[in-house]
Amino acid sequence: MSTLHTVNKSPFERSSLDTCLSVVSNDSTVLLIEDGVAGALQNTTASSSITDAMGNGVKFAVLGEDLGARGLSADRVMDGISVVDYAGFVQLAADHDNVQSWL
Amino acid sequence: MSETKKFVYMNRKAPYGTVYALESLEVVLIGAAFEQEVQLVFVDDGVYQLTKNQSTDGIGMKNFSKTYSALGDYDVNQIYIDEQSLKDRGLTMDDLQELTYEDEDDDWAEKSSMKLVNREQLAELIGNADVLLNF
Amino acid sequence: MKFAIQINEGPFTHQAADTAYQFTKAALENGHEIFRVFFYHDGVNNGTMYGVPPIDDRNVSAIWSELAEKYDLDLVVCVAAAQRRGIMDEDESKRHGKGAANIAPKFRISGLGQLIEAGIEADRLLVFGD
Repeated sequence: MSTLHTVNKSPFERSSLDTCLSVVSNDSTVLLIEDGVAGALQNTTASSSITDAMGNGVKFAVLGEDLGARGLSADRVMDGISVVDYAGFVQLAADHDNVQSWL
Repeated sequence: MSETKKFVYMNRKAPYGTVYALESLEVVLIGAAFEQEVQLVFVDDGVYQLTKNQSTDGIGMKNFSKTYSALGDYDVNQIYIDEQSLKDRGLTMDDLQELTYEDEDDDWAEKSSMKLVNREQLAELIGNADVLLNF
Repeated sequence: MKFAIQINEGPFTHQAADTAYQFTKAALENGHEIFRVFFYHDGVNNGTMYGVPPIDDRNVSAIWSELAEKYDLDLVVCVAAAQRRGIMDEDESKRHGKGAANIAPKFRISGLGQLIEAGIEADRLLVFGD
């Protein structure tokens, strides 16, 4: 079964993204929302672990509205992370078998 | 409601600092009446929920740690502890209370409900869940 | 598809209730069904009608009530969490000898079993919290 993982915490404050990435399987997607969008930016200390997970086939997405609210433009997002809106969030939830929220 | 689903409770927060551990336990106890498959996972700071010898007299809050030992009576006996989270915190299974249940298929023998899991097994637990409850 | 939503945080301090609202609205606008929205922990505070945010801010409780009115949503506030935090309907308020009810329109108070039932009945359960 495939899982949609949502992470709403900045990787610079909490370990949610780390724990998430340690259990995520290659048929799953990690969606970064709320303060979690900070993890999607290029050249951060979180970037290499995301790149590693991508190499293992994990898909990544980030919620565009949350990026915008924080003054972070989509062109600063790492290659391979798709920017979605709330409708895209809904679609991701529908497309996976279950949803794990790393609160 | 004839369908049986697998409910996985992801416990990732320490007790007392926030209410999540207590109110998660309340859902587990109520949910037990619905005869679904139930698995409890303790990962990250969630492992602190199960420490022995909790004493809350000094903070004026209710000590709910004894409730965990009653879970077996509610047929909640699939309890998974993330090994890495213990290790990261300098803890071992000896620091946790022992949770048991009586196996009705084995002449009510008392058995441990707890299983140490690695991240690969944790990934499987998440992947096989129908409903993932997080607090 | 049938979604169930769980909200663990109150309005304003955390974004959780706002994100859940935007998700719910997008799901409904895209033809999905919301089986139930369940408010737990401080999330029950979304169910008060006494919040009066400044005029240039969103009123989180009110927008939930409006969405529920439009789509006939089932907004359920956990009774145990609500009693702890003083969210009451008429019955609860009378039973506990309090002055008045404060539950917002279209919200109702019920037990935790409603959350489990939502998990059983919905195709997906999404949790929004801190």
